[in-house]
Amino acid sequence: MTAIKGLNDRDLKPAAERDAELERLREEVAEWRRKYEAASKRDIGFVNSQKAVEPVYTALDTEDIHADEIGLPGVYPFTRGSHATGYRGKLWTMRQFAGFGTATQTNARYKFLLAHGQTGLSVAFDFPTLMGYDSDHPRSLGEVGKCGVAISSLADMETLFDGIPLDEVSVSMTINGPAVILYCFYIAAAEKKGIDAKQLRGTIQNDILKEYMAQHAWCFPIEPALRLIVDCFEWSEEKVPQWNTISISGYHIREAGATAAQELAFTLADGFTYVERGMARGLDVDGFSKRLSFFWDIHNDFFEEIAKLRAARRIWARHMKERYGAKDPRSWIMRFHSQTAGVTLTAQQPMNNIVRVAYQGLAAVLGGTQSLHTNSMDETLALPTEEAVQVALRTQQVLAFETGTANVSDPLGGSYYIERLTSDLEAEAERIFADIEQQGGVVALLEKGWFQRKIAESAARQQWELEQRRKLVVGVNEFVTDEPELTIPLLKIGKEAEAEQRTSMAAMRAKRDQAVVDRRLTELREAARTDANLMPFILDAARAYCTLYEIRAALEDVFGAYREPVFF
Amino acid sequence: MTRPIRILVAKPGLDGHDRGAKVVAAALRDAGMEVIYTGLHQTPEMIATAAVQEDVDVVGLSILSGAHMTLFPRVVELLREQGRDDILITGGGILPKEDMEALQAMGIGKLFGPGTHTSELIDYIKNWFAERQEQEA
Repeated sequence: MTAIKGLNDRDLKPAAERDAELERLREEVAEWRRKYEAASKRDIGFVNSQKAVEPVYTALDTEDIHADEIGLPGVYPFTRGSHATGYRGKLWTMRQFAGFGTATQTNARYKFLLAHGQTGLSVAFDFPTLMGYDSDHPRSLGEVGKCGVAISSLADMETLFDGIPLDEVSVSMTINGPAVILYCFYIAAAEKKGIDAKQLRGTIQNDILKEYMAQHAWCFPIEPALRLIVDCFEWSEEKVPQWNTISISGYHIREAGATAAQELAFTLADGFTYVERGMARGLDVDGFSKRLSFFWDIHNDFFEEIAKLRAARRIWARHMKERYGAKDPRSWIMRFHSQTAGVTLTAQQPMNNIVRVAYQGLAAVLGGTQSLHTNSMDETLALPTEEAVQVALRTQQVLAFETGTANVSDPLGGSYYIERLTSDLEAEAERIFADIEQQGGVVALLEKGWFQRKIAESAARQQWELEQRRKLVVGVNEFVTDEPELTIPLLKIGKEAEAEQRTSMAAMRAKRDQAVVDRRLTELREAARTDANLMPFILDAARAYCTLYEIRAALEDVFGAYREPVFF
Repeated sequence: MTRPIRILVAKPGLDGHDRGAKVVAAALRDAGMEVIYTGLHQTPEMIATAAVQEDVDVVGLSILSGAHMTLFPRVVELLREQGRDDILITGGGILPKEDMEALQAMGIGKLFGPGTHTSELIDYIKNWFAERQEQEA
């Protein structure tokens, strides 16, 4: 038996020699600690998102961490990266989230981004679409095209991707409550271009659990919503085999206020819930779990964020292999997208945001992200202008091609601090999993508002820290200047999108075969009352130009609507 | 001693970003106000009805979806229709400066953007309330 257990070469040495070395190190550290305690220090907390950090880390802090927990890139437990080749095999996908106004306007933005070297698309839908309302629904008044693109039927989806080769470009869609409906619009739009669903590559977010926790764009109650997600897993495995059927997201949980450990634990707990639901349906864990993907928020604490990504890969691999019995190594690998933290951007001195985004982007890359969105400097004020998006995209390109960071896999692996942080975050996540389990699991706790309260408490604490100046934010509570409030041009979105959508929807409704529409909706409603997989019914409705809201309403007739537990 | 200020914190429209609304609601409560929070996805009609039924002094609207120019004026209009233009309507979110000015010209009170210290809005509401009490006395 080889004795490679510990992190350092000490473990290869005879025990007596090793113990003597550790003893010497302990003495040296004790001596340093005396000097440290005696010296004066700046009066700030020296904390990451959850607790105080040590002034320095040494081999004594990693004594309990074994080399096989760290491993190699592309090797279980994947702490050091998902793929053996790291970024030498393939750079991360540069994928900027974009969408505004009508499908025609957003189509032009996509062509702009692709022309500037972006390598994947990511659709931002407007609020009516996110909630399953058509652009001409009364609840959509004033909201159409404001925060994303308005997509109410297959017709809009066809316009959105007009002239874009869907068999070549991978497309991510941030949609959850009505995710499977938009997914079917997309598949039907590809069909009309003559592209088979088997060729399509991309992702639907489809993560309803974090909607109830944090992002709050929902349609149906928890149980039927989970059924639709498992329907999607089951159906896509054969029909759209290259598609990521879900992007289990920490992003919104963090943005709503969670700490790094909460983001990590709540998101992975959601992931485990989806796996359990898939297995409960009788699906083979090695069949559907390869298509699960993740989405992380990259916040300000540089090393903590890198450690979070490393811990996430390790936890997922361990649970998939040991707890759920997945046999295929591809089921153990966490594949993920990252986005820099919108919540860290400031309205004050907005140009400073470019710098924040660059550091966060660097952390994402050092953490081994496979896909990245870098925020634009103007996003606390409005949707980004083309100029602002270009700077954000260029930030990634500088990282990829000029800094040398992409040359070596997990360059911080083995750092005492990074390994300690990684293991501590993993331990804290495991503690939270046990807590969730003991209280009845994710669904039961969502119904009680437990996650929602934890997140709101963390948000309130962060506001307090800011106001008490426990945390300094440049331009907000320190280094404040009297510059005019707005120093960069902003994108304005008018009411034209709403008017145009009304006109085009009326034309679409007049042209479609109403008898087929009615029949498809009736069939869907009837199927929803059984335990049939609903995907084929939704796809048929999409092909017949049933609208988003018509399909949502048909399902709501059977499922009812979600009501949130209200508190603050 | 004066009675506590009653405030309805409301989320008009479809956006689900309630971090700000909840942080503000908690800060106002800690400042001694009686706070009612509507929850998400409220129509202007739901907000105006709740404001009247709860007999609040202040309505605080929080929005990040860009629909403020449609939804805020509608809340003002509905409260006016019910003869409750004595209620202060204030709020915050992602609001361009020129929109803030236009809304204030319609009779809405001060509006707050990202990075605001909660004491700023607490002081604003307390001062407004004290002035109104004086006028009534």
